[in-house]
Amino acid sequence: MAARKTTAKPNVSADELKAYYRDMLLIRRFEEKAGQLYGMGLIGGFCHLYIGQEAVVVGLEAAAEEGDKRITSYRDHGHMLACGMDPDGVMAELTGREGGYSKGKGGSMHMFSKEKHFYGGHGIVAAQVPLGAGLAFADKYKGNGRVTFTYFGDGAANQGQVYETFNMAALWDLPVIFVIENNQYAMGTAQKRSTSTPDLYTRGEAFGIKGEVVDGMDVLAVKAAGEKAVAHCRSGKGPYILEIKTYRYRGHSMSDPAKYRTREEVQKMRSERDPIDHVRDLLLQGKHATEDDLKAIDKEIKKIVSDSAEFARTSPEPALNELWTDIYADA
Amino acid sequence: MATEILMPALSPTMEEGTLAKWLVKEGDTVSSGDVIAEIETDKATMEFEAVDEGIMGKILIPEGSADVKVNTPIAVLIEEGESLADASAAPAPSAVEETAPAAAAAPSAPATPAPAAVVAEPDWPEGTKVKQQTVREALRDAMAEEMRANDDVFLMGEEVGEYQGAYKISQGLLDEFGAKRVIDTPITEHGFAGIGVGAAFGGLKPIVEFMTFNFAMQAIDQIINSAAKTLYMSGGQMGAPMVFRGPNGAAARVGAQHSQDYAAWYAHIPGLKVAMPYSASDAKGLLKSAIRDPNPVIFLENEILYGRSFDVPELEDFTVPFGKARIWREGTDVTLVSFGIGMTYALEAADKLAEDGISAEVIDLRTLRPMDTATVIASVQKTNRCVTIEEGFPVGAIGNHISAVLMEQAFDYLDAPVINCTGKDVPMPYAANLEKHALVTTAEVVEAAKSVCYR
Repeated sequence: MAARKTTAKPNVSADELKAYYRDMLLIRRFEEKAGQLYGMGLIGGFCHLYIGQEAVVVGLEAAAEEGDKRITSYRDHGHMLACGMDPDGVMAELTGREGGYSKGKGGSMHMFSKEKHFYGGHGIVAAQVPLGAGLAFADKYKGNGRVTFTYFGDGAANQGQVYETFNMAALWDLPVIFVIENNQYAMGTAQKRSTSTPDLYTRGEAFGIKGEVVDGMDVLAVKAAGEKAVAHCRSGKGPYILEIKTYRYRGHSMSDPAKYRTREEVQKMRSERDPIDHVRDLLLQGKHATEDDLKAIDKEIKKIVSDSAEFARTSPEPALNELWTDIYADA
Repeated sequence: MATEILMPALSPTMEEGTLAKWLVKEGDTVSSGDVIAEIETDKATMEFEAVDEGIMGKILIPEGSADVKVNTPIAVLIEEGESLADASAAPAPSAVEETAPAAAAAPSAPATPAPAAVVAEPDWPEGTKVKQQTVREALRDAMAEEMRANDDVFLMGEEVGEYQGAYKISQGLLDEFGAKRVIDTPITEHGFAGIGVGAAFGGLKPIVEFMTFNFAMQAIDQIINSAAKTLYMSGGQMGAPMVFRGPNGAAARVGAQHSQDYAAWYAHIPGLKVAMPYSASDAKGLLKSAIRDPNPVIFLENEILYGRSFDVPELEDFTVPFGKARIWREGTDVTLVSFGIGMTYALEAADKLAEDGISAEVIDLRTLRPMDTATVIASVQKTNRCVTIEEGFPVGAIGNHISAVLMEQAFDYLDAPVINCTGKDVPMPYAANLEKHALVTTAEVVEAAKSVCYR
């Protein structure tokens, strides 16, 4: 990881650090459970797990304020949990049930929460990038001081509409943070096989957009970079790019045998760079928490996740008349 | 040898224009490339350059003359040594009406229809004052009225602001509403359509103008996957209340990539609403409804119709509802169903059929999604025959759908198969004669109507 060292570290309290640990662990355990339910046939279709990338959304959410918006791709479960959406509603959407965020009509890749300012959950690679700039356009139009976190992957970073959007976002000084979650594989294609220049954070240079690379396995580094980007956007200086180097432990989707990388590569990342272990070490070594404190958090998370699985299993399938609702809003 | 200077065609659809100003006077020497006049087309004021060199012998059409047909001699250029008398001797038709080889300029443009047909179901109360307005003006007024009424409505697209609209639809809007609400975009349809959809998610009411719908193919993923489907995918939490509008279908002589009717494409998609007006009053009333609608609306205009004038009611807030067809002409023998520019052929055909004693009922669908099939069925129950007319391709056409609806819901009333008159199953050719044949023709509609009447 070339971008390993990020010098700026914010001062965070022990409680904040514990909260990051908790939020990352929730995503990890939730995703593990989702993988399990997929294996049991309770979740269908495409299901893209976020395991390994938890520090990205948790770090950036720590830099966000109430009212800020977020939008991402189909690998979206982590973003939803990090912005405070209800794990029950997310899991029940994965199982296609009435209690899901979209009443079972969206599925893993298409979920939204107006209340939490989460604008999806988009299944077409890079489509969320102009959409995110559009959300920022609306905020600038209204002059409400909000910023939009627009997440996309290293694969999406090669789509043409990203650059159309960079141009307009810079031209119009839109308050949008382009977060490139570089997990190094566009589905099964390693970055070096798909991408002519490796430094994605420089991709905005032609448009005058500042960018920086961030160690995405370090939640504090992500938070620090997020705060800098937020300050830039909120002060009216236009868009900002964060290339966050991260790693997904699981396959692209549940049906990915992941033959394009070695087990050793994954294992090395897990044992040496795991973002949750990193915070755990900080908490214990800094004596900000005891083993018992962390066990209590583990237990709390375990219960939340197993409750969400239970809810997702028992929530009824949507009524058949739901087929015909929500196609048009009433004029 | 005196040379006539002819009124030029300065756009693909220009048939006539205003000679706004002469920049030279009789007796002046001009060289090729000199700007000699300003000519106002339906879209813009253009400078007109001399092609040949010589002396302005005689100005035939004074400045300020309106409705000068393309190819009308407007001045005579003489050579050194020739006299003005020679120029006067040159054939110089003085009346504008006398020479009108306008067809040479825009051969595919159908002749202006006679909207003399009685509108069986007007959209405004009897006694309402009406004024003549072009479709272009009606569209602009609709946007301006809705922008005045709601600060969240804004217009974005290529050349909508400082240029005043590539087809002059947004003329004056930048001056009234400012650059915050009338936004010139770079030429990046995919990107700005997506930004428009995002702005709609964020609570605004965007009007996204495509310079033509041909270019919207670059953006169709955002229109369909993002705008049309999000309300459903979010379980009703959020959608895209917005309008995508612009000219659709063939203009004149612009070839295959700029001449396609997308009516059937968009009408196919649940989650979209689709309007395709013919008249100026429908353009205005439907666009106002579209802007207010909480759903994504595809609003298909037509470049050739932009300059046509119709009665528009002088009402403070005139809207036309979606899903309600308009019966332009009542008849008893055959139902002609069309929409958009297809109505020009339908109404012309109805006139011709009347001469042969066939009484055609002419229905303008106005919106394709929702589609007022009830009005079509009711008409067919009366006439027992139906011909559909559109400029789009024949496979998967709107007419195919209407045929299927009639098969299912009015089979017992049909005395003949439904015939779909459509554009031909070919990319649009450039050559004038081929283009004319590629489009649906009035003659084809007349023939189809006679055939279903067994005449």
